[in-house]
Amino acid sequence: MYSDTVMDHFKNPRNVGEIENADGVGEVGNPTCGDIMNIYLKIENNVVTDAKFKTFGCGAAIASSSMATELVRGKTLEEAWALSNKAVAEALEGLPPIKMHCSVLAEEGIHKAINDYRKKQGLPLWEEKHPHSHDEDSGETCQH
Amino acid sequence: MGEKRIIYMDHSATTYVKQEVLDAMIPYYAGHFGNPSSIYSIARDSKRAIDTARAQVATALGAEPDEIYFTSCGSESDNWAIKGIAYANRKKGNHIITSKIEHHAVIHPCEYLEKEGFVVTYLPVDKYGLVDPAELERAITDKTILVTIMYANNEIGTIEPIAELGAIARKHKIPFHTDAVQAIGHVPIDVKAQNIDLLSLSAHKFYGPKGVGVLYIKKGVKIDNLIHGGGQERRRRAGTENIAGIVGLGKAIELATADIEGHNRKIRALRDRLLKGILAKIPNAHLNGHMERRLPGNINISFEFIEGESMLLWLDDEGICASTGSACTSGSLEPSHVLLATGLPVEISHGSLRLTLGDVNTDADVDFVLGALPKVVTRLREMSPLYKGGKKGGCNVQ
Repeated sequence: MYSDTVMDHFKNPRNVGEIENADGVGEVGNPTCGDIMNIYLKIENNVVTDAKFKTFGCGAAIASSSMATELVRGKTLEEAWALSNKAVAEALEGLPPIKMHCSVLAEEGIHKAINDYRKKQGLPLWEEKHPHSHDEDSGETCQH
Repeated sequence: MGEKRIIYMDHSATTYVKQEVLDAMIPYYAGHFGNPSSIYSIARDSKRAIDTARAQVATALGAEPDEIYFTSCGSESDNWAIKGIAYANRKKGNHIITSKIEHHAVIHPCEYLEKEGFVVTYLPVDKYGLVDPAELERAITDKTILVTIMYANNEIGTIEPIAELGAIARKHKIPFHTDAVQAIGHVPIDVKAQNIDLLSLSAHKFYGPKGVGVLYIKKGVKIDNLIHGGGQERRRRAGTENIAGIVGLGKAIELATADIEGHNRKIRALRDRLLKGILAKIPNAHLNGHMERRLPGNINISFEFIEGESMLLWLDDEGICASTGSACTSGSLEPSHVLLATGLPVEISHGSLRLTLGDVNTDADVDFVLGALPKVVTRLREMSPLYKGGKKGGCNVQ
């Protein structure tokens, strides 16, 4: 059911772990829904120099975390913020419809980590252009 | 490239077809292919083969052959029992009693009937998944027309007190149906002694073929047809008989019930060694279901801090076939209704693993799983934000 790229990122996840004294941390998800994603960013001169994650979740959640951290490394904060869940899913060569919320979680995790950094810097927070509900792509929602 | 070793521990999902069963079936595909409803000799061969299978099933259940009806699968049998009894008795009442841990083949027909104006009581279970007979007695009203409680649960393997539940239904003159799909070959069944009026079973759970099942209907039980058409199965279930499948089911149930205790001893010994090993090697692991009143091949364990689907993917990578009660494999975002009904917290339900042992398994399989599984759990825990070296993380679970 998963693409080869999803399986590759699931079996050989990139950037697993925490960053000590991370500049931005994003915690998203809910254990009762079956997925939690923590994103850690190291930011220097407005550029994401390192990104790591810890995830409790299914194959798609782990692969989405891995891919999202890969995609934001070396990017400016503006570029990293612009990373959409669809871009994560596309880079993974697609996710099953019911698993699209995993890519949404990755986008939210990156956003939350960036705003955590901005908050610490005393900068105004960036606003989500279109606040996601987890069900927008799959028609499913976790009620917890 | 050498062939990858496959360790099959998902016998509750389905079993392989035993060679003796397959050998019995083959002649009925190309040779004795006649339609049993026809009059010529090859058709009579088919008719006789069905009669033999019917007698084999009747013997296995302690029933009469003319109380055995062949269907296409366990789900059809459940649907027929529930809708057939409900519609045949709707003038008497509209109340059905079942449990919260039934298979979807029982729960969904009940939900369908709720839309049709029937009222359904879903009995709770205790933390082991057991239905309390006293709860059943309390739930019965003068409108109750059907009680349907599964014989053994497909996820956690809990064996329900069927004879007691059946006795209560019998006392109130209410038809009692049991979905025995998981129980055949593991529990001695005697429909007369156990007060069972209707019983569903499916061949592919006991080393028979897929696509064939049975509904036992006690003589005198009032039930509508589900499949309308020709006059097969004594005008109660239309459709040209799946002769080879029926022959296979007959042979398979004969083999499965020949030595239930001996068979259980062998499977239970393997299961118990595997279970003990897992609990000894992996911390923060909890057995779901009942320790003794449990199907002999069933293990259902929740591992804290990890999610079931990712566990299955890694186990598959090791060649181990298993299943989980996690939402992520159920096609919804909710974890197993069975685990939730036992009171297991939602986040722990996501980390459940079901291993169901059967006739293909050996001591070497148990050793292999005991080697592979702890590594898989450790690997996933290491990337889980909930795992802090064995202590619960800072996640507030509502």
